Parts: sequence; structure tokens; C-alpha cells
Amino acid sequence: MFDNVTFEEAAMFAETWGLVYLAVMFAAVLIYALRPSAKKKFQDAAQIPFKED
Amino acid sequence: MNFLAYLPLGLAGLLGLSLAAGAADTPMYAHGLLLFGFAVAGVFWVISRDGDMGGPAVVREGGINYNDAIIRAGVVASTFWGVVGFTVGLVIALQLAFPVLNFDLPWTNFGRLRPLHTSAVIFAFGGNVLMMTSFHVVQRTCQARLAGGWAPWFVFWGHQLFLLMAATGYVTGVTQSKEYAEPEWYVDLWLTVVWVVYLLVFLGTLWRRKEPHIYVANWFYLAFIVTIAMLHIVNNLAVPVDLTSSKSYSLFSGVQDALTQWWYGHNAVGFFLTAGFLGIMYYYVPKQAERPVYSYRLSIVHFWSLIFLYIWAGPHHLHYTALPDWAQTLGMTFSIMLWMPSWGGMINGLMTLSGAWDKLRTDPILRLLAISVAFYGMSTFEGPLMSIKAVNGLSHYTDWTIGHVHSGALGWVGMVSFGAIYFLAPRMWARERLYSLRLVSVHFWLATVGIVLYAAAMWVSGIMQGLMWRAYDALGFLEYSFAETVEAMHPFYVIRALGGVLYVLGGLVMAWNVYKTARGDLRDERPYETSSAAPAAAPAE
Repeated sequence: MFDNVTFEEAAMFAETWGLVYLAVMFAAVLIYALRPSAKKKFQDAAQIPFKED
Repeated sequence: MNFLAYLPLGLAGLLGLSLAAGAADTPMYAHGLLLFGFAVAGVFWVISRDGDMGGPAVVREGGINYNDAIIRAGVVASTFWGVVGFTVGLVIALQLAFPVLNFDLPWTNFGRLRPLHTSAVIFAFGGNVLMMTSFHVVQRTCQARLAGGWAPWFVFWGHQLFLLMAATGYVTGVTQSKEYAEPEWYVDLWLTVVWVVYLLVFLGTLWRRKEPHIYVANWFYLAFIVTIAMLHIVNNLAVPVDLTSSKSYSLFSGVQDALTQWWYGHNAVGFFLTAGFLGIMYYYVPKQAERPVYSYRLSIVHFWSLIFLYIWAGPHHLHYTALPDWAQTLGMTFSIMLWMPSWGGMINGLMTLSGAWDKLRTDPILRLLAISVAFYGMSTFEGPLMSIKAVNGLSHYTDWTIGHVHSGALGWVGMVSFGAIYFLAPRMWARERLYSLRLVSVHFWLATVGIVLYAAAMWVSGIMQGLMWRAYDALGFLEYSFAETVEAMHPFYVIRALGGVLYVLGGLVMAWNVYKTARGDLRDERPYETSSAAPAAAPAE
């Protein structure tokens, strides 16, 4: 399957799609964490350790 | 329900006997008998407990039936293995300074004791701390009892058996020679079984949770458990010489073997010693400071960026080797990017104390937790720095690496573990407080001064060693022979061993404190003044 892939091709794939993949994942995390509608949810979540032992 | 415990124990016992009966070599014979002995002892242990799988430390009306007995077992095991691991470390540090301490015996040789030290501190001390705290945190933050009946006990005792087989194997020369993955194939298979049950217990408890949201500490624990399973299985793929032989050959060879090994090795640091212990930070720092984590949102960004970046950083262990250049650069780049989540996490941990800094003066347990996060920041700054090729050219193969590892291991992993143990001991034995808070302070200072001596000595020694190796004279000849560098390092080896003495002493003070707390004794001592500042923004109940 990888017999005909040259170093240049592999590097090109990593430098383009690899970058896109990580950038998209990071953007998705930022949106998930920072979206304003989740403010209450995360404030509550931070209090979980203090509920009853 | 008890037959569910007896059946696997019976099968394990039979397996142990048949391994011993057909053993191709003495270590396999001994380990077969050890497995058999563990299974027999397990049967008697289950009978003696008479169906008692462990209850909560404090029984409350309508309260949750937490399994706190297994946390108590974890406190004892962590403390015990901690003292053992630190002591073996001290012994090998002294062997480097005074080689006569090798005693010219195979079993006490540095080459065999060194993996005993690393496995004892990482997998025995660190592993027991992670199992103990993950079992505690997942129960408390899910408000659910640990899942699986006897299964958590199988995880606990199965892990101890793994540790005993690994340790006795190393001393008698059973090793597959992969760093931090020295145990041979059959010990690896045993750990795989234990680990899968661990994962199922953890997932089962999450499944039962009453809390809709899964608290972030559990994400870190889950990432640790899943990733370690993957790393362990892939790196240990091997073909045994015979099914009753303790010897095997790795599936990989050459540079592929090296890359697999360091993909494993670096992520053992990333997911065992970092992700798992960050789970500890995200629960115990807020608990001890009595205020929620500084930013829950930052903790989410911290989690995902750490997970996605760490897994690529391994090749930085193979700079200037046969590994292709682009792979080395890739490892270096991802290591440098790790600065971002590491420092985000450190800031999140430390800023949890904002508005409560005065507690550091009056609460030595919080002091342990805070300095551990500070060391986390320091060693995760140093790590990416050392992964830069130009810096690595100086630091690699020198004592600088050893100093770096220990500022992370003694400073971050050790201190945060001590904090968790001191947090848990009085609560799990349902005592009013620890036997002595003053002794916690003594431990804090012994450990801190020990680390400073250790790290400073290794920085000087390592950089000196690297510079001596690359020094040329006017005619282009190497200026120093290898033996001359070793001679120059001697004083620093002695200082490092002195740091080790202090760290071991700290461990012994903790063992004494935990023992007295478990007995229910209270030391007659001057109490710390309570914090004068009003608890602003008190957590909602």
C-alpha cells in the first residue's frame, strides 16, 4: 500500500492534511470549551468535587 | 457472587502450577509457583472477608456505599512501594559514586538494580497512587460505588503480583531490555489482563454515575488508562522462545524497534506520569484549597491539547540517530508545542489558589500540592527545551537528562502523590485529622531540599559532561578521555546521593505519619493557626 509513496509525498501529506487535522481539532475544542451557552454548565461542573463526600 | 472470585482464582492457580511443572527455566518455575501461591492466598483471603467487598469509611444514613477499603489498601501499598523505590534509587546513586557497592554479585549489580528502581517508583509507587486516587476520585465525582464487586480487588492484588514478578525477574536477570518495559512476555500478558479489568471497573463506575457531567479529573484518568493499554500492548509484541520459557524476542528490530520503544517510553511519561497525575491535581488541589479549579474551560483545552500533542513527541529521544531526519524534527516540533498545554495546566493548578495564597503558610498539605504543580511547570519547560536538536546535542546521554527526569519525578509526581496520600489517610480511616501536620512540614522540607540538591548536582554534572565530551584541543584531538569525565563527576554523584538520603528520609517520615494516623493516634503538637481570610466565594453545596 505504501510501496510507492516517496518521502516528498509523505512529507507533503503530513504538512498539509496533518496541519488541517490538528487545527480543526483545536478549533473544535476551543469552540466547545468557550461557547457562551456552556458557561453555566462548566461553572456547575467545577463544583462537582465539593458535593458530599 | 463469590464463585465469580473463586473461578478465576482457581484457573490462575492451575495455570501457575502447570507453568511451574513444565517450566523451561528456573525463573519461570519460580514465577509459576508465585502465581499459584497468590491464587491460593487469594482464595483464603476471599473466604476470610466473608463477602465483605469494602464499605465507606464513614457510614451515613442514606449515603452512598463507597468502597473505601480499597483506597486504604492503596494508601498502604503506595507508601510501602514509595519507600522501597526511593531506597533502591539511593542505593544505585551510591553505587555510581562508590562502585564497590556493586559487591561484584550479579543480583546487586547496577544494571539489574536500576530497572528495579525505575519500575518500583513508576509502576509500583506511581501505579498504586494512580489506582488509589482514580478509584477515590471516580467514586466521589460520580457519586457512585466502584463497579464490579471483587474486580477492583483483582486489579489491586493483580497489580501487586505483576510488580513482584517484575521485581524478582529483574534481580535474577529476566528482562527484555526495553527501558521502562523490562518485564518479559508472560509478565506483560498478566499486566494486560489486570489493566483491561481496571479499564472496565473505571468505565463501569462512570456508567453508574449520578452526576450528568463527567468531572475533568476522570477524563485524565481515562486517557491514562486507555493510552497505557495501547502503548503496553504494541511495544511488548514479542515471540516467546517457548510457552514455558521466560525468554522472548521482540517483534521489532533496528530503528523501528527504537521508534516503537520511544513512542512507548515518552508516552509512558506523557500519559502515566503526566495525564494520570493531572487527574490528581484537578481533584485534590481544589479539595485541599477548598475552592473550585481556576478555569474549568481551560482544563478542557488543557486536556485535549495535551492528549493530541503528546503522542507525537517520542522521536525526540532519537535525535542524531538512524531515525529519518523529518521524524526527529516532527518529534521536536510537537515537544515544543507541548509548552502550551503544560503551562496552561500549571497556571490552572496554581491559580486555583488565587485569593487563598495565605493557606500555603498554614497548610503543609496544600504546600506539597502547590510545589508539585510548580515542579510540573519547571520540568515541562525544561523538557521541550531539551528536545531542541541543538540543545539535545549537548544534553543527550548526559546526567542533565537524569536531573530533568528527577525534577519531574521527585518534584511533580512525588509531591502531588504525597499530597494525595496525606489527604486520603485521615479521611479513609475516618480520623479527626492526620497524626501530625508538623511532620508533613518536615517531610515537605526534606523532600524539597533533597530535590534541589539532586537537580542542581545533575545540571552541573550533566552540562560539564556534555562540554567535556565535545572539547577538542588545538590539533583537533578530543581533549578528555571518557574516564576523565567520570572522575570529574564524582563530587556531583556524592551530592546527588545526599539529596537522595533526604528524599528517602522524607518518605520514612510519611510512612510513620500514615501508620500512626491509621492507628488513630493524634500527636500532641502546636496546631497551625487557621487561615484568617474569610473563605471568599465558598463552594456551593
